[in-house]
Amino acid sequence: MNEIATDAHAHSDNRSFVSRYVFSTDHKVIAKQYLSLSLFWALLGAGSAYLIRWQIAHPDTEAFGWGYIDPSVYNQLVTMHGTIMVFFVAMPLLLAAFGNFLIPLMVGARDMAFPRLNMLSVWIFALASIVLFASFFMPGGAAAAGWTGYPPLSAKNEYTGGGYGMDLWLLALALEFASFLLGGINFLTTAINMRAPGMTLMRLPVLVWMQLIAAVVFMLSVGPTIAGAILLLLDRNLGTTFYAPDGGGDPLLWQHLFWFFGHPEVYVILLPGLGITLEIIAVFARKPIFAYRPIIYASIIAGFLSFIVWAHHQYLSGMDPRLAMPFSVTTIIISVPFALVIFSIIATLWRSSMVFTTPMLFAVGTLGVFIFGGLTGIFNGSAAVDIYIHDTYFVVAHFHYTLISNVFFAGFGAIYFWFPKMFGRMMNETLGKIHFWLTFAFFNLIFGPMHLVGLGGMMRRIANPTQYDFLKPVEPLNIFITLMAILLILAQIVFVINFFWSLFAGKVAAANPWQANTLEWTTSSPPPHENFAETPVVYRGAYEYSLPGQSEDWLPQNLDLGDNAKAAAH
Amino acid sequence: MQSWFPENVSTYGGDVDGIFWFIFYIVTVWFFITEGLILYFVFRYRRKPGVKAVYAAGDTWAQLAWVLVPMAIVVVLDLFIDVRSADVWAKVKLQRPNTDFVVHGIGKQFNWEFVYSGVDGKFGTDDDIKTDNELHVPVGKPIQVILMSKDVIHSFFLPHFRLKQDAMPGRNIPVWFEATKTGQFEIPCAELCGFGHSGMKGLLVVHTPEEYQKWYREKTTGSGA
Repeated sequence: MNEIATDAHAHSDNRSFVSRYVFSTDHKVIAKQYLSLSLFWALLGAGSAYLIRWQIAHPDTEAFGWGYIDPSVYNQLVTMHGTIMVFFVAMPLLLAAFGNFLIPLMVGARDMAFPRLNMLSVWIFALASIVLFASFFMPGGAAAAGWTGYPPLSAKNEYTGGGYGMDLWLLALALEFASFLLGGINFLTTAINMRAPGMTLMRLPVLVWMQLIAAVVFMLSVGPTIAGAILLLLDRNLGTTFYAPDGGGDPLLWQHLFWFFGHPEVYVILLPGLGITLEIIAVFARKPIFAYRPIIYASIIAGFLSFIVWAHHQYLSGMDPRLAMPFSVTTIIISVPFALVIFSIIATLWRSSMVFTTPMLFAVGTLGVFIFGGLTGIFNGSAAVDIYIHDTYFVVAHFHYTLISNVFFAGFGAIYFWFPKMFGRMMNETLGKIHFWLTFAFFNLIFGPMHLVGLGGMMRRIANPTQYDFLKPVEPLNIFITLMAILLILAQIVFVINFFWSLFAGKVAAANPWQANTLEWTTSSPPPHENFAETPVVYRGAYEYSLPGQSEDWLPQNLDLGDNAKAAAH
Repeated sequence: MQSWFPENVSTYGGDVDGIFWFIFYIVTVWFFITEGLILYFVFRYRRKPGVKAVYAAGDTWAQLAWVLVPMAIVVVLDLFIDVRSADVWAKVKLQRPNTDFVVHGIGKQFNWEFVYSGVDGKFGTDDDIKTDNELHVPVGKPIQVILMSKDVIHSFFLPHFRLKQDAMPGRNIPVWFEATKTGQFEIPCAELCGFGHSGMKGLLVVHTPEEYQKWYREKTTGSGA
């Protein structure tokens, strides 16, 4: 029904509101749909974080604006916070929204390879969202067995990891996985088959490479988890015993099936975030990305390695303890390709010419925060240290440093950077800078001290640390962290105001307000429905900034310099 | 800095902490180098009128060396960390101490049950001593606990001993520890096990050998558990 939209009209668009904005096959609209959904879920994710932190710092008191949080509700909050942030914020924001918006534009294509499949992806994701949202209202509440859903707690209602809420949780995740598998097909096909003339693989913006590697890693890793989820649904509803020892099953099976995907998944989230960071830094440092090809190869290697580290989540699970050593080795080796990427980003800053716009602040912020998170990963990777820190707040602090740096800092950086292209208006710089500094400060004040809470021994997912004598020393830290968390959440109001105000009243954006080289900046802001008036032709790589011998410090990929083009080609 | 952790009262606790600190010093150096460079570059290479960035894309070996050499150092340090870690892991998790002191530790929603074999030395007989949530041991003796679970996954956590091990239904998982000090130490559950997870904690009572004998005699001849 929507094919009429794709070919005929470059100049007139007489589609209805519904087919233009609701049932749209345009990748740019679909991207905004994913963006909206992810921001909605971010609100709920933040709300759950607030309630969790309130309960930890002021146990069994009434949370301001909510009321008393009983222990089973607490477990639901903890579960849903993780599930929402990983699968309904990080994935749709970094992969679906920015992947969808940018891949066709950056490769010089008119749309994704399969626009209707793309529309199906976002609608399946919307359905997953409805299912997950509905799970809160089920008798017994939402799933409450952690975002990791370990059986037997998750397998039998009487243990109350949840009732129907748990079944809906599994269904929502299965739908989310389906949506991203379909999306991955589009990303890969479009980037491989629909590149503009001259756009060789090694001239692709690094963000496109990162999205491709992430898509492949996701596609290859998610299968076992889908299988595991089906087994869990069967155990829960048909009386099978895949995970029940008294039926000959094994709870450990779930853990392997979950983490085989769960670990690659964090790199699926990380790589696009790193890609975003690199794109923004190149533009505002006016320098080529240092070691572009090694970064790509390192990312591919990391993607591969991500498949052989998973049991570092299970050192203490009861699996054969001899397995801890091989997984420790692979885990520590995976830090090596990421070290290369980080060193290369730092080298990109050397002898650059930096301007600190809001996107640049967030990009450099991502780098600084991620380094800290990556370093604490070394502690977690050592099986010996993990004996103590497993399932404590040290782990929580670690993954918030690595995840938030990508999802929030890189995600916000991406929003500020590509907002002009997406919406045709500039966001307010002053509000953006205030937002950055408040976010950066409060974020570090929450998760920095949290490491010490973990080293003090505080376990994860407990609703009341004051029940333990040995945790008395960390009580003041917990109260401080909660206060900082409330302030962090409040600081996001600056962003919300900026975002919505700019949508309607921001300064009208030029095609290329940042003087950037990649193809999305060669078309109008926002681009027309078919992206480019004419298919671009590409003459060089994406990072010819400050090329010697050029009068400008930037050189778009599609600028034809005549004979000079071959001298500049990279 | 020692105050970051709860007091260590176990023979191998110092080894576990030792690996932590070993890693800590290494990563702290990297932290200051990388974040220091970023901070320095961010000030030193701010946009200045008339000053262009240097077109250094890292596509020569000379330039790449700046990234590859630190990377090689990372690899060497990583392997060093793994080797040191492996020794401590083996000590805590692979080694079986030569001891006759064996207790069963059974996790359930929401407390621990401990079972001693009693005078006949066999488990599952009438003279077994069962306690609710209290593990009594003598100081200075290796103790082996066989972990089990009646329902969901729990986790036996002795923060003051740097010991943790999940208790999984369907498995009997041995752990061991040896106390260097008498005292009472909490045994929190460290794996989400339901709405009573928070507050699920046992008590480890480490006695002098004489006190332990007294406790044991009371339990075996007195009115029982």
